[in-house]
Amino acid sequence: MSTPSDDTMTSYVVLIYEQQSANWPADIPPEVMQASEQFDDLVVEQGGRMVAGIALESAATATAIRGGMVTDGPFIETKEALAGLYVLRARDLDHAISLARMTPVASGGVEVRPLLDLQVLEQP
Amino acid sequence: MLAATVRVTRDLDTAEEAVQEAYVAALRTWGRDGLPDRPGAWLTTVARRHALNLIRRRRTLEAKLPLLVEPDDGARSEAEPGDPDAIPDDRLRLIFTCCHPALAPEAQVALTLWLVCGVTTPDIARAFLVADTTMAARLTRAKKKIAAARIPYAVPAPADLPARVDAVLTVVHLLYSTGHTAPSGDELGRADLCDRALDLTRLLRRLLPDDREAAALHALLLVHEARRASRTDADGRLVRLEDQDRAAWDRDLIAQADRLVVAALRAGPPGRFTLQAAIATLHARAPSYAATDWPQILTLYDELLRVWPSPVVALNRAVAVAMVDGPGPALAEVDVLARDRRLAGYHYLAATRADLLHRLGRDREAVDAYRDALARADNVAEQQFLAQRIRWLASGPE
Repeated sequence: MSTPSDDTMTSYVVLIYEQQSANWPADIPPEVMQASEQFDDLVVEQGGRMVAGIALESAATATAIRGGMVTDGPFIETKEALAGLYVLRARDLDHAISLARMTPVASGGVEVRPLLDLQVLEQP
Repeated sequence: MLAATVRVTRDLDTAEEAVQEAYVAALRTWGRDGLPDRPGAWLTTVARRHALNLIRRRRTLEAKLPLLVEPDDGARSEAEPGDPDAIPDDRLRLIFTCCHPALAPEAQVALTLWLVCGVTTPDIARAFLVADTTMAARLTRAKKKIAAARIPYAVPAPADLPARVDAVLTVVHLLYSTGHTAPSGDELGRADLCDRALDLTRLLRRLLPDDREAAALHALLLVHEARRASRTDADGRLVRLEDQDRAAWDRDLIAQADRLVVAALRAGPPGRFTLQAAIATLHARAPSYAATDWPQILTLYDELLRVWPSPVVALNRAVAVAMVDGPGPALAEVDVLARDRRLAGYHYLAATRADLLHRLGRDREAVDAYRDALARADNVAEQQFLAQRIRWLASGPE
C-alpha cells in the first residue's frame, strides 16, 4: 500500500461516546483496551494516518462552567458521554468512516467530524 | 454535463460557473457557426476547458477551495470529453455524492434534483412547499458539508455499494412519493417530481444494470404510475385502493413491472424494494380488492418486515392481517403499534385503526379515530377524504 501524500488528505476527529458505568474507565473490557493499543497500526495499515489520541477520565469527574456558574458533571448530560477522541488523516469521508468503524468501542459509538484546527504546544 | 465538469474542477461552485460560461460560449458560437452535431458533448468539452482556465486563474485560491475529491489516478481523469462512457460514470459519481448518508435526507433529495436533474432552486422549493431562501440555504449547507467533510465524488467501494445503492434508491423513492402522495397544493410542481423520479430510475438502471433492487424500484414506480390516474376522482379527492376503477389501470405498465419483479425474485434473496414491488404488482394484478391473494401478500409483508424492520411496514402488514385473519386480530396489532413512538403523529395509523373499528361495527370509536387522523393529516386531498369518512359514518351508513 502506497503512503498517500499529506496534502491530498483531510484531518478528521473521531469522537468516542460511551455508556459509562461507575467504575469507568477501570471496567473497560480488556479486548477493547488491547484493540486500542493496536488501533494506530491498523489506521496506517488501512492507508490513513494517526495524528493524536486523547482518552478522557469518566464523565463523573467532569466539572461544568456555564455563565460563570460552576456545577458538577459534564456540560451536557447524556446517556452516552464523550470518552475520548482520535485525530486522524484520511483520503475523504468514506475513508474516514471506514477507519472510524474500526475504532475500539465498549458499548457506545463514534462521531466523525472534519478538523478545523489543532494546536499542540506542549506534551500534557 | 455538470457532473463531467465537477470531475475536472473537483469543486461544485467552480463547476457551476464553468457550465454557465460554456452556455454563454455556446450561444455565441452556435449563433455564428450553427449547431454542432453533438451539442451535449460539445458543451461538456467547452465547460471543461473553461473549468481548467478558471483553475489556472485562481491557482492560489484553489488551494483553499473546498475540493470534491476523486483520487488522481490519471487513467480515469484522462477520459476524453464527450466520451459516451465517461459521462454516465460521472453522473453515477454525482448521484452517490448527492445521496451520501452523511447528508440529511431532505438535503439528499434537494441536491439530487438540483445537481443530477438540473432543477432550479425555486422549482425545488415549490415542489417541497418551502420558501426559495429556505431551499437555497439548505443546498448551501449541504454543499458546505460536502466540501468541509470531503464527501467523496466517487463510486463507493464494493463492500459499501449495496448500502449506498439502497440510500440512492431511497432518495428516488422519496422523490416519487412526495410527488405521488400530495396531489393537492402545487399540483403541477409535484407531478413533475414523479417524472423526475422515473427518469432517475431509468438512469440508475442504465448505470447499475446488474442491480436487482434498482430494477425492483423501477417496477414499483411503474405500478404506481399505472394506478396514478385512478388514485383521485374528478374533483381531486383521494380514492382508496379498494374503490379504485381497476379497468382504468394501465395494463402495459403493470405487465412491464411484473416482468421486472419476476426476474428480480428469481435472481436470489429479495431486498426490500423487490418485496415492495412484488406486493404492489400482486395488488395490481388482482381482479378486485376482495379477490386479491391476501395470504401471499401477508407472506411478502412478513419477509419485508424481516429485511426492513420498520413500524410503517408493520402497519401495512396489519392491513393484510385484517384481510386474512379478520379485523379483530389486525386491530390488536395496530394497538400495539400505536405505542411505538416512531409512529406518533403518523395519520395512517389512526386512519387504519378507524377503518378496522368500522369493520368491527364500532363506528363511534371509528369516528374518533378518523378525527384523530384528520388532525394529523397535512395534505388537503387526504384531509377531504378523512372528513368525508367522518360525515359518512356519523350519518349512519348502510
